[in-house]
Amino acid sequence: MSTQEEKQEFNITVYTENQIGLLNRIAIIFTRRKINIDSLNTSPSEVSSVHRFNIVITEYEDVVRKLCRQIEKQVEVLKVYYHTNEDVIWQELALYKLSTDVIAEKISVERLLRENGARAVAIRKDYTVFETTGHREETDNLINILQPYGLIEFVRSARVAIIKDSEGFNSKLREFERLEPGEDVIENEFLNDADKVFTM
Amino acid sequence: MEVAQQETPAPAAEKQAVEVTGSVALLEALITEGVETIFGYPGGAIMPIYDALYDYSDKLEHILVRHEQGGIHAAQGFARTSGKVGVVFATSGPGATNLVTGLADAQIDSTPVVCITGQVFAHLLGTDAFQETDVINITTPITKWNYQVTDANELPEVIAKAFYIARSGRPGPVLIDITKNAQIQKFQFKGYTPCNHIRSYRPKPIVRPQYIQQAAELINQAKKPFILFGQGVILGAAEQEFKAFVEKSGIPAAWTVLGAGAIPTDHPLNVGMLGMHGNYGPNVLTNECDVLIAIGMRFDDRVTGRLDKYAKQAQVIHLDIDPAEIDKNVKSTVPVWGDCKETLPLLTQAIQQKTYPEWLQKFHDHTKQEIDQVIQKELNPTTDEMTMGEVIKQLNEITKGEAVIVTDVGQHQMVACRYAQLNHTRSNVTSGGLGTMGFALPAAMGAKYGAKDRTVVAIIGDGGFQMTLQEMGTIMQSNIDIKIIILNNKFLGMVRQWQELFNERRYSFVDMQSPDFVKLAGAYGIAGKSISDRKDLPSTLQEMLNHKGPYLLEVMVTKENNVFPMVPQGCSVAEIRLK
Repeated sequence: MSTQEEKQEFNITVYTENQIGLLNRIAIIFTRRKINIDSLNTSPSEVSSVHRFNIVITEYEDVVRKLCRQIEKQVEVLKVYYHTNEDVIWQELALYKLSTDVIAEKISVERLLRENGARAVAIRKDYTVFETTGHREETDNLINILQPYGLIEFVRSARVAIIKDSEGFNSKLREFERLEPGEDVIENEFLNDADKVFTM
Repeated sequence: MEVAQQETPAPAAEKQAVEVTGSVALLEALITEGVETIFGYPGGAIMPIYDALYDYSDKLEHILVRHEQGGIHAAQGFARTSGKVGVVFATSGPGATNLVTGLADAQIDSTPVVCITGQVFAHLLGTDAFQETDVINITTPITKWNYQVTDANELPEVIAKAFYIARSGRPGPVLIDITKNAQIQKFQFKGYTPCNHIRSYRPKPIVRPQYIQQAAELINQAKKPFILFGQGVILGAAEQEFKAFVEKSGIPAAWTVLGAGAIPTDHPLNVGMLGMHGNYGPNVLTNECDVLIAIGMRFDDRVTGRLDKYAKQAQVIHLDIDPAEIDKNVKSTVPVWGDCKETLPLLTQAIQQKTYPEWLQKFHDHTKQEIDQVIQKELNPTTDEMTMGEVIKQLNEITKGEAVIVTDVGQHQMVACRYAQLNHTRSNVTSGGLGTMGFALPAAMGAKYGAKDRTVVAIIGDGGFQMTLQEMGTIMQSNIDIKIIILNNKFLGMVRQWQELFNERRYSFVDMQSPDFVKLAGAYGIAGKSISDRKDLPSTLQEMLNHKGPYLLEVMVTKENNVFPMVPQGCSVAEIRLK
């Protein structure tokens, strides 16, 4: 088993039934251990009727693995995966509100926004709202850039992530629906790699 | 895995839909699930269910407890001795919150229980209505599953899921909260179909032959292998499979508190109890064995002591039905996921028949030291005052190990677990994980309903007894034939022991005054006696066991006795103290 490394960001993907109260059941698995959730997103998944949580925490891999098993143990959870940032394609969306006057007066602001891939989503007499999508550093960077121009409001969404190395959940779900699931359905699949399990 | 002796009920025959209330559908569902006994307490929000129950009293026996906590502990006791799902009814608000301790206890000790709570009308949810509490959110961390029913149409399916989830896989408590409107609501009931599959829930992992093979290779090469077994063997109804494995492998086996009785106490390969107050050999030799085979146990901190000094020299094989337990506390070399009823026979088949006479002798040598330094003076004391141990020893002699022993929490619990002779499985009912004082008296009531033809003896401290003594009312009303032994040392003994050993005898609020327990029992019409003289012990125990109906025996024991051996907190199992 790999030795304890640094804490790092992990993306936890949870496929679940769409059930009231399940968010709480999952959230308390973290809070009980005093682990802060950096980001949490719930959405539909590629399979109709199956819900998908994207959770980001900063922890040791060993801790993340145990958390995932606790989550997967919940009755209405179908499957849990965890991945490092390198293993996923991820995006976060951010909104920035600035005074329209400032933008009109200071040409540089317009250029800065363009350079950072932001686009206007609302333009009003008194304010303008820009949106940008990207990694944390990118959205953070734009805050710093806009701060001198009187950034009125800022908000960033939870992270959504697509697993690079995934074939989707459709075939898995069909296995789950069978009374006697095949070898394909294995608990804590990330443990299935024999190298990682054995220290003999 | 199905819990012992409980088959999935046969699906009800296709029936014409009939119009019934949610309450009636609930009771019909319980009957189909094979429920015979309900422990409960009525109240406003569950009145429609109780009204329906009035007409079902010939099919469903309802035991009126004196407090909802007593109800759920009774259901736990019932589940532990019978292997079936225990059922509890409680009302909303305080009725539901009074279940919390028992739910937490059942969750950590994997006890199958289904709790039905009444709830205010759906349209009142969230209005701070009278006796409204958010029981679903309160109980989420301490239930295997919970669900709120607001429409009677949901009821049959939800109850079916509740029973399936409670008893399958690693069992646990389930709470179903039913709003009053759903209890009253009439709907088209198409009969009750038990559940045997939920797509998001896999009760047991798939057995992987390659791991069985790797485990067998490790075992076959081992020079000093050691088996640790827990309640998983009992919950999996795998006692026979386990015995076959132990006997073919010839490996010494030690038990956790909840695993006690999975093989008989006097089995030649049963080397004793693990953990903080366990036996000397099993603790010390944990750090000497070369292969550790953990079966249906979860490496609780009371078992492992200091984790970074726990069995570091050993290769660990961990058999468990719950994948989340593998590598949780102790890293396994080979994880054998699965129901041990399936994995053990495969493992038994793959190993060689062996014996380890020298290795086993090491356990016996340690036992001899423990007898000389601890057990002898606990079981055959020369002091004037009686010890807890000698009471258990006398009890063994009279019951011959045939009784169900229910214990509370504290010194008497450790003494009873250490010394009680258990010939049969499902004979040890105790609050292991949560350590719930007040557990024993109500749990013993349920244990009796779960094993009606067996003698049930509750062993309780003077402190714990006073936490749930109101249940003597239930024992009186339902004439529950249990034998209660209060081991009275006039102290909260375990805390006092720690204060003596670690807090320089600063006895902070452990000195306990008690009422006259015998008079108190008398007020409830329960026969009883108090003894303080050793010579009265055998005859009084005999009198108690001969007595028809409930009996309370108070034994005054020495005040400042300590339970040894002991692994002090923060120490390794090898640092276990004999004094």
